[in-house]
Amino acid sequence: MKVGVIVFPGSNCDRDMYHVLTDVFKLDAEYFWHDKGLPKNIDAVILPGGFSYGDRLRSGAIAAHSPIIKDVKKMAEKGIPILGVCNGFQILVEAGLLPGALLKNTSLNFMCKWTSLIVENNKTPFTNKLKLHQKIPIPIANGEGRYYVDNETLKKLKKKNQIVFRYSEVVNGSSDRIAGVCNEDGNVVGMMPHPERAAESEINPIDNKPSSLIFESLLNTIGVKS
Amino acid sequence: MSLEPQELDDLTSKIGRKPTSTELQIVAAEWSEHCSYKSSKKHLKMLPMKGPLVISEKGYDSGVLDVGDGYVITAHIESHNHPSAVEPYGGAATGVGGVIRDILSAGTRPIAIFDGLRFGDIEKDLQARWLFKNAVTGIADYGNCLGIPTIGGEVEFDECYSNYALVDVAAIGFGKKKNLIKNHAKKGDLVVLLGGSTGRDGIGGSQFASDSLESENRSAVQIPDPFIEKLIIEAILEARNQNLIHAMKDLGGGGLSCAVSETADALSIGIEMDVDKVHTRESDMNPDEIMVSESQERMLIVTNNDKLKKLQEICKKFRITCSVIGHVTSDNMMHVKKGTKTCANLPTDVVANATLLDRPSKKPAYLKNIEQEKKLKPILDYSKMMMKFISSPNIASKIWVYGQYDHEVGIRTVVKPGMDSSVLRLDNGKFLAAKIDGNPKHCYINPREGAIGCFEEACRNVVCTGAKPIGMLDHLQFGNPENPEIFWTFLESLKGLTDFAKYFEIPCVGGKVSLYNETPSGPIKPTPIIGILGLIDKTPLYSKKITAGDCLVIIGETKNEMGGSEYFEYIHKFIGGKCPVVNFQESKTNMNLVLDVIQKNLLKTVHDCSKGGIAVAVSELCMTHEIGCDVSLEKVPGPKLDVDRILFSESHSRYLLVLEKKNLKKLEELLKKSKASYKMIGVFDGENIRFNKENKPVIDLRVDKAQKTWLNSLRELVVHG
Repeated sequence: MKVGVIVFPGSNCDRDMYHVLTDVFKLDAEYFWHDKGLPKNIDAVILPGGFSYGDRLRSGAIAAHSPIIKDVKKMAEKGIPILGVCNGFQILVEAGLLPGALLKNTSLNFMCKWTSLIVENNKTPFTNKLKLHQKIPIPIANGEGRYYVDNETLKKLKKKNQIVFRYSEVVNGSSDRIAGVCNEDGNVVGMMPHPERAAESEINPIDNKPSSLIFESLLNTIGVKS
Repeated sequence: MSLEPQELDDLTSKIGRKPTSTELQIVAAEWSEHCSYKSSKKHLKMLPMKGPLVISEKGYDSGVLDVGDGYVITAHIESHNHPSAVEPYGGAATGVGGVIRDILSAGTRPIAIFDGLRFGDIEKDLQARWLFKNAVTGIADYGNCLGIPTIGGEVEFDECYSNYALVDVAAIGFGKKKNLIKNHAKKGDLVVLLGGSTGRDGIGGSQFASDSLESENRSAVQIPDPFIEKLIIEAILEARNQNLIHAMKDLGGGGLSCAVSETADALSIGIEMDVDKVHTRESDMNPDEIMVSESQERMLIVTNNDKLKKLQEICKKFRITCSVIGHVTSDNMMHVKKGTKTCANLPTDVVANATLLDRPSKKPAYLKNIEQEKKLKPILDYSKMMMKFISSPNIASKIWVYGQYDHEVGIRTVVKPGMDSSVLRLDNGKFLAAKIDGNPKHCYINPREGAIGCFEEACRNVVCTGAKPIGMLDHLQFGNPENPEIFWTFLESLKGLTDFAKYFEIPCVGGKVSLYNETPSGPIKPTPIIGILGLIDKTPLYSKKITAGDCLVIIGETKNEMGGSEYFEYIHKFIGGKCPVVNFQESKTNMNLVLDVIQKNLLKTVHDCSKGGIAVAVSELCMTHEIGCDVSLEKVPGPKLDVDRILFSESHSRYLLVLEKKNLKKLEELLKKSKASYKMIGVFDGENIRFNKENKPVIDLRVDKAQKTWLNSLRELVVHG
């Protein structure tokens, strides 16, 4: 079982994600630079946060056209677990793998703060060890983190159980307080908050267990598979 | 852009001929105050710079400290005052970029940014508000994009910064000792310019920064591009891992002129370069412009022919340009050509070493009666006054600022911004605490004691986390040094810092001097900024939630030292009085005692007592932990004082300790054995912050109301005016 961590020019949470996957959860992980393809033996893919291409044009817009995204799309179709965090989520949205858009926060500022999430779907490869409606203390750090969908899409998301996380409070003006969504099949998940910044007790001032369950869910999913 | 007449004579006699126009530009940049430190260099030598943990190498722009187990930290501080006063967004952002490249130059990965910001009175002055808002956004956009957490700093407002801005940026790097770049070069090595293209931005920036700010010179301000900087960081660290770099220097003030001459001078080599090989943003730039452009995100690297191909491959991977612009010679000359034509050919030691000055100094006349107090208007309602005080820009929470900075990226930040000092975890299991502090109000009244106070306050802040101070950074910001009165304040501050550093054996590992901080309305107050690095071997003090029944103990004496206090200046609009003075012995006793008590695991939290005095420090604890407290003012140790002086005096060496009642006896046993003054002065409980005298409240605030005001007032002021 191997997790691919994709690195774009300007990614800056790749090393944090790699540390948590390997040092904390003892998963086998490997970095993949954006301009190549992904090998076949990858069991899960993570797109970490950062400022790919310096957020030029729109967050995630340029990275979504990287060569490696073609392989990410193929893997998404095959049902392989894919997680986009922060800029990774923005890239998945720009690549058309997830619905909606991410707009500037209502404060118009970059926001770095601890908040909490509520688990709305615990059937995905990244949430299957969490309880439904469980609270997750977790930090956000973004300027364009306001998730937006039109009403029709929102209805569809609810119907198909595609809302994975909601904020427990109004944080940035996201539609229906949505913090994370998945595709219809549930294998592609995107979230704005940073689980890799909350999974260790040393850096989580509140409780690191809920966030570690995100990684344990992945371990559970791909561990069973191999 | 030119040299002073006597400097021109000096140059002519040193090279034995009339300089060319390019030579004049190169020398004017390098001999500017900003690059040459010609006014300050002679005196800076007094600071202790050696210590058991200090590693010194040739040609470093940052200080290096050994933190054990084969790891080092690097640290540096810079300012970008003049550019930020004209174009706050770009000025502040490129300030971050510059100091980050200094950290990178040593071969270490930048892991933290700190920034100290100072502006005019934002309550009244709309321009100050505009400068403040945009400088914060500039720092946020740059640091966030790089993925380097901004974990601390300070923000202060004072009328002396009207129409001006002080933007100080410090950065910390971390790496393996064996990966440090040991700068070296030999004849035939290649000189490579890597990164952003050279354009017409920032031309003459260092001379611009070496004069009073009278007119806005926008072309002297650099344009930021954090995306390229991020690519440079990753490319250089990859090149470092492959051992491709012989020597490296950031391009900062003075651009290529300084980077080339200083590298050559530090390594005792010559460099021959061709301006036509420099990748430029515009096609028609002349050699003079290319040599002094301060375009950002550029690094000068010395490598050799065998390693060049690998370096080029790395640059290709990151899509950054690298140009071979010249090679190393053995003649100790800086030879600048355009094609085959020589534009400049100067001895590197002449370029890199301006004639140092010994400027006259004289005690300023204003200091004669400054310690005299005037009669103050009595305060009728201290509770009402206190609410106004905690909403004032200098006292209010700075969450609006640090909430815009990614302070978590890198997942090292174990103690978050907001209280005394942030703490980072290091790969060897140790922890690093760091803080920067300044206090121009104290320094104006007494430049020596004020500077020492900044030093002690920064130490106190790291001590509150359980860290022992191991290194200091100083950034000395003053007005025009040609004015003997201003130069006197510079010397006094420097002497004070030197005395404190020697007494505590804290080496100065890096620093910067910024002079000519003046506008037509006058000079700034003396503003030395001190950064302290503290090391924690085992665990930092993780603040635990204060609950009902917990005890409040103060260590240190509260003295009649009101000069430069926020209370005098903000509430009474009075500048004067006696500023707080650090008693070195008392300071050391209290510092060691607090570290000892933290190690014994007796405390829930420790908070430094500084700006706004006990009143503000206790209120901060209450507002942060959402709990009330009853404080008995008559129990506060020190000479007998009026209540307002006990509440608002900013005496140094004081710490507030919070602990569970069951640990009180053990704590008192430890304190009794020491020479420190201490007393239990309060108990946490309920929903009100009360400061009592003879059981009657002098101040009585509801915690929730106070907290809301304290957290929101700065944002309200900036966003809604």
